[in-house]
Amino acid sequence: MSTVLSLTDLAVELGPKTARRQVVRGVTLDLVAGQIQGLAGESGSGKTVTAMAVLGLLPGSATVSGSVRMGTTELTTLRKRELNRVRGRRIAMIFQDPSASLHPQLSIGAQLTDHVRHHLGMKRKEARGRAAELLDRVKVPDPESALNRYPHQFSGGQRQRIAIAMALACEPEVLLADEPTTALDVTVQAGILHLLRDLVDERNLAVLLVTHDLGVMSAVADDVAVMRHGRLVESGARRQMFTDPQHPYTRQLLEAMPDAQESEIL
Amino acid sequence: MSAQVSRMSRAADARVSRRSKRRLPAAWRSPLALVGIVIAGAWFLAAILAPWIAPYDPLAQGLPRLTPPGEYSVLGTDVLGRDALSRLLHGARVTIPLAGVLVVCAMVLGTIIGAVAGYIGGWVDEVLGRLTDLFMAFPTVILAMVIAAALGPSLYNAVLAGIVVTWPMYARVTRSLVMSLRSQNFVIASRLLGYSPWRSMGTDILPNVMGPVLVLASLEVGTAILLLTGLSFLGLGAQPPTAEWGSMISGAMQNIDAWWLGVFPGLAILTVVMAFNFIGDSLRDVLDPLSSAERQGAGSAVGPTTVNADEGDPSAAVPSEPTEQEAPR
Amino acid sequence: MSELLRVKDLVVRYGTMTAVDGLSMSIEPGEVLALVGESGCGKSSTARAVVGMERPAAGDVHFRDLPVPPLGLRRREKRFTAIQMVFQDPNSSLNPRKRVGDQIADGVRAARERNIESEEPGHWLESVGLEASMASRYPHQFSGGQRQRLAIARALAAKPDLIVADEPISALDASSQASVAAMMRRLCLDAGAGMLFISHDLSVVRLMADRVMVMYQGSVVESGATSQVWSDPVHPYTRALLAAIPHPDGRGVLPAAPAAESPQEWSSHVPEALNRHAAPGR
Repeated sequence: MSTVLSLTDLAVELGPKTARRQVVRGVTLDLVAGQIQGLAGESGSGKTVTAMAVLGLLPGSATVSGSVRMGTTELTTLRKRELNRVRGRRIAMIFQDPSASLHPQLSIGAQLTDHVRHHLGMKRKEARGRAAELLDRVKVPDPESALNRYPHQFSGGQRQRIAIAMALACEPEVLLADEPTTALDVTVQAGILHLLRDLVDERNLAVLLVTHDLGVMSAVADDVAVMRHGRLVESGARRQMFTDPQHPYTRQLLEAMPDAQESEIL
Repeated sequence: MSAQVSRMSRAADARVSRRSKRRLPAAWRSPLALVGIVIAGAWFLAAILAPWIAPYDPLAQGLPRLTPPGEYSVLGTDVLGRDALSRLLHGARVTIPLAGVLVVCAMVLGTIIGAVAGYIGGWVDEVLGRLTDLFMAFPTVILAMVIAAALGPSLYNAVLAGIVVTWPMYARVTRSLVMSLRSQNFVIASRLLGYSPWRSMGTDILPNVMGPVLVLASLEVGTAILLLTGLSFLGLGAQPPTAEWGSMISGAMQNIDAWWLGVFPGLAILTVVMAFNFIGDSLRDVLDPLSSAERQGAGSAVGPTTVNADEGDPSAAVPSEPTEQEAPR
Repeated sequence: MSELLRVKDLVVRYGTMTAVDGLSMSIEPGEVLALVGESGCGKSSTARAVVGMERPAAGDVHFRDLPVPPLGLRRREKRFTAIQMVFQDPNSSLNPRKRVGDQIADGVRAARERNIESEEPGHWLESVGLEASMASRYPHQFSGGQRQRLAIARALAAKPDLIVADEPISALDASSQASVAAMMRRLCLDAGAGMLFISHDLSVVRLMADRVMVMYQGSVVESGATSQVWSDPVHPYTRALLAAIPHPDGRGVLPAAPAAESPQEWSSHVPEALNRHAAPGR
């Protein structure tokens, strides 16, 4: 078990000068290779902002304090160009809306090969082979022909698979996944969760999974942290969090799940 | 379209919170808005007070002819021995109110036509849409010239021509806003509660359309002034001896050496148009906080539309909290 | 009592795309019928056709034995204000420029126009868990979940006989979904109204619907008593749908994923999956 990425006392302030607000307050988390760290919370809890802060994707007006450390590199103080090298190469991110990481007017092949060539300096032909391999790995049917198609020609689930392929193209050590299945139908979601779990095990990825869905959390996360009002209220191993939650808020969240309410109405 | 509407509802939110906070929103405190308000205010005052502050009767021809500024009068005299300053001040009484009338009439006409087209849709929309396109297909100024010339040169005909050429803009904006509002859930909910189309229009649609239309109108005041003075300059608007800026410049053309006769009315037009554009811009920022927030690279999330896409603090929904979004999408 | 709503062979088309392909259903007073399916299955189109927002390409929709007129340019007849709708997006469900009390008062007025007494807006605010004093506020002063409660209050204030709820809870935070769903069911049944509840989430539907219809690609593939469909699904699609729900039990069990994105067998016709009766009880 090796820690790949550590957040220590991470705090983020956002908003205009007149109404500055602390959105993330003192979050400390470790991402471990081969494990999925879940980050749960309701909208407004600051979970997405936390993920964004890791990659330096917050607007320029944001103030980030505390530390985001990857090995010996401190990410919060990196200059833009150095940060760009880390983004995509060592840390990748997928979003709720896969279209956010796909260019609508470029073929899948062009995007994947560009990405691979840019970061890994591969030759065109080599890169194309690698792109097809990646698509095959994320189980996009018929990868060779998929390379020539455009994002809109795929279903939402396939697009998310492609976004994952893109994220994994450069063999990153860390994957940040922000509500990756929220916009998908449950039957499609199940497939993506399988894929995510398999990839983590096979590539020894460290994943930060941000989701409001405790069902999803329970299915794939190894450790779970619960956020509220910008703070971590509780964190620990999955089983313990679900079966023996300590914080009242965690309990409240779990009790609100439809599963917890055994047919009380009918 | 839906983005537009949610933006509008945000605009409405901004207005409400302004009322509840009784504090000027940031956009009104911007220097440009202030400059605009001061200049426009000064011209309004000049227009109202002209009979009292003007040193001479604008039509009286008693002074020495073509004297440069400072000799007999602050801004000199024209070829007929009239005081340029008095004419300039009285000119404000002509152009500014008429531009206002032009804008209000065009706005009312355009809004009605656009609202009818957008709400009823179908062939009515088709016909009104074609009509709007027809008017918009011609270059504004040339069409206005043709109409003014056909009606006969007079200031009132110039205003009429101005209305005829500018209403389509309001119609277009209103139509698209109404079309997107018409399918909004709250409009449908009211219809399901038995609102008649008139009532729906009056309480659900128009109040939510007025913001953007008023912004457009405020931006159009400057254009209207340019149009009226332009037509007068060409002899299609105000007729001599009326003290009107456009015709004053036109008169100055015959004595090009007497630079003061052209420059000062020109400056008057410039400052008024600029002032109204500044005001219009700021008004847009007030009514549409999103567009200004976007320019600064931050979003605003009063109304997140997708599930869990919003990471806005829940306190944003608590009464009179400012509503900035924390996470860029 | 006779049926509140009867839909027969409903077909809804958008251009050449058939969204709903021959759907029939009926709802009785005091009954909650859920229409469940994934995106694009035609459940929302059905809801829209039921209230008259969509003109059916074929088939008919009857409310108390009267055909529901399309929501056109004419004012809706009084008797049809007994059909009310709750929408998915709470942010666009309320007029941003109007005080929420006035919007709920519109519902009260609709009831009174049908000569049915309805309580004051303050009462309705309280009935959905808000405070009567909030009536003078504007919609932007409420959170998404509160706005949805307001929209529910407005619909209920009209004392409807039928409520059509199109994904009314899916835009809400997870912690309030179940409670709002339960509240809707309670208020609806207290008023003796029927409800058509549209959802993609079977685990919520299980909590609040008496009967459920599972839709796939415009058709109903399985229908019957909720408990029966939930505990013993027959149609392959229903099975896949149920198996794919991840349970928050902390066991780390991945939900079953279908082998392909939309396998052939999902669109198969399984007659015994339709009109399934509950085991003794309901």
